[in-house]
Amino acid sequence: MLRTTIRSLSRNALLKSRPALPSRLLSSTRPILSDSAPLNSLDVYTEEETMLRDAVQRFATDVVGPKVREMDENEQMDPEIIKGLFEQGLMGIETSADHGGAESSFTSAIIVIEELAKIDPSVSVLCDVHNTLVNTIFRKYGTKEQQDKWLPQLAGSKLGSFCLSEPASGSDAFALQTRAKKDGDSWIINGSKMWITNSYEAEIFLIFANIDPSKGYKGITCFVATKDMGIQIAKKEQKLGIRASSTCTLNFDDLKVPAENIIGGEGKGYKIAIEILNEGRIGIAAQMLGLAQGAFDKAVPYTYSRQQFGQPVGTFQGMAFQIAQAAVDLESARLLTYNAARRKEEGKSFTKEAAMAKYWSSVVAQRVSGQAIEWAGGVGFTRETGIEKYWRDSKIGAIYEGTSNIQLQTIAKFVQKQYS
Amino acid sequence: MRASAVRLLNILVPVKRSVDYAVKIRVNPQQTGVDLNVKHSMNPFDEIAVEEATLLRKRLGDAVKSIKAVTIGPPKSAETLRTALAMGADSAIHVELPESAPAPEPLGVAQALRAIIRREQDSGGVDIVIMGKQAIDDDAGQTGQMLAGLLDWGQATFASKVDVDVDAKTATVMREIDGGSEEIRCRLPLVITTDLRLNVPRYASLPAIMKAKKKPIEKLTAADLGVDFSPRLETLKVTEPPTRVGGGKVESVDELVAKLKEAGFTAV
Repeated sequence: MLRTTIRSLSRNALLKSRPALPSRLLSSTRPILSDSAPLNSLDVYTEEETMLRDAVQRFATDVVGPKVREMDENEQMDPEIIKGLFEQGLMGIETSADHGGAESSFTSAIIVIEELAKIDPSVSVLCDVHNTLVNTIFRKYGTKEQQDKWLPQLAGSKLGSFCLSEPASGSDAFALQTRAKKDGDSWIINGSKMWITNSYEAEIFLIFANIDPSKGYKGITCFVATKDMGIQIAKKEQKLGIRASSTCTLNFDDLKVPAENIIGGEGKGYKIAIEILNEGRIGIAAQMLGLAQGAFDKAVPYTYSRQQFGQPVGTFQGMAFQIAQAAVDLESARLLTYNAARRKEEGKSFTKEAAMAKYWSSVVAQRVSGQAIEWAGGVGFTRETGIEKYWRDSKIGAIYEGTSNIQLQTIAKFVQKQYS
Repeated sequence: MRASAVRLLNILVPVKRSVDYAVKIRVNPQQTGVDLNVKHSMNPFDEIAVEEATLLRKRLGDAVKSIKAVTIGPPKSAETLRTALAMGADSAIHVELPESAPAPEPLGVAQALRAIIRREQDSGGVDIVIMGKQAIDDDAGQTGQMLAGLLDWGQATFASKVDVDVDAKTATVMREIDGGSEEIRCRLPLVITTDLRLNVPRYASLPAIMKAKKKPIEKLTAADLGVDFSPRLETLKVTEPPTRVGGGKVESVDELVAKLKEAGFTAV
């Protein structure tokens, strides 16, 4: 009786969701084997996801590729690239069609982020923050009016930015100092934010401010504001890597925001931030994965054409073993990232898996991109070939959207809970 | 007040799933063909054809009634149709061949397309067939011409520019020829084959890919069309081109002329 119920449940789930992927019903225990629900290997994608991957790959190679070096040297994102991303429908990936989006899956967003990162991790993070942080906050916590107002703008032409960190609060995010004081039917925001991605080009900002410090983190509230309300860019950082991605310090000097611009309700900001960064973690994992793959894809063919001592350098056993180990690293990061994405899609808990994916992808990114430089030798060390850029870009992976130490702390807590 | 109603155009775009242009081709060990266990995608000239159909709709507006893509091949060929749908086709036809069947030859393809066009007569017929000038795997370059012959239609091959006059029921096509370009005006219905410079195909945007999911793909078999795809040609041997031997250096123009004459270049 139970078996047939589960079988029919899984069949319904099959029909409602993507045709190619049957859902796995049970999370932590082994799934009941049923001959009507074959289990897939982890690298199975729907037809749309595969088409999307190909389309973004071509867009990234043809449109973004030629501008990568220039954007990196000038530390400036080319507005044509941002426009191209909007035109390709890549800035409202999960947003519903009613709001001008593509109504696609979370995994589709992850695929887009990975493919963009293979060519330019700076462009990838722009798309990632916009989709997995900004868009998702409106979709999950916005009222219908807020969604109707803001999502079409975000899908159509306006870049978004997520403002949580401050000079005195990074990992300790909820020690933030930015204050919001009620003034009739507006709020007056004062304070500053630091390390804010996309801020130079963004028009829509999600700002986390505390409306009642006596409540501690429970006073933190999420506000949406537009650039023309008076957000000041105090400083644009000059960075080691992802230089084309703008990272700025923002100042709010009596910034007046209408009360209807509170997202999710007063005092709900900390909850929004925790939950959203959980998802965003998988996005960064995808960015780091794409980065590592991009470096690998650039350096390895070179090792099979560069000859020394009468043979391609990639065929010397020492080199071959290093390349093989890097290939293993890449595969492991890929499986962690995409499994975390699928778990999220299936409504399962994914906090531990997301932390693992982000942590591991950033490690793999550093390692593989560093090796890629060495494999290419002197040529890998020049900026012209673009391999060294991946290594510089990879460093941020261990730092933003939750440092590696924070990820390890998260994972450790899960292990402790399970084993003690 | 026009004598007759404005004719709406039905455009048919045959597409082929072929080896991706970026793949490094290797001859298979049996020397009967190339290793086909590689990435495949839509033939680049066919992408240009789909793009041209979409651009024609943009230029002519409502005068273009339908854009239908068609492919002949194994189940995997449906991917190519989805790409065509994402690039602007309204619907598609998949003439499905068994996985183990040999690749169809140009004459077989042309006969199948003729059968499909005859089938379409009941729903308005086909006015323009736009297809790639050749597929990059076999480089046959015959199908468009054969199709026009079988249908007794005009043909405008190697098109680098297409202008359609719906009212006059003609198309003016610029063709790439050896000496330069040639402009011809043809009556509809017409077969057009695309050349490289006709347009730059778009990247399928994500919303278009999602919309393509809902567009219909009709499945047909060879029997439905009454066409026999058995090969008429037998491939005897496939080998890689001979490895390049090194050249030589010469010290003077006279020596160069002498060497060229030795090699048989009498025009020097």
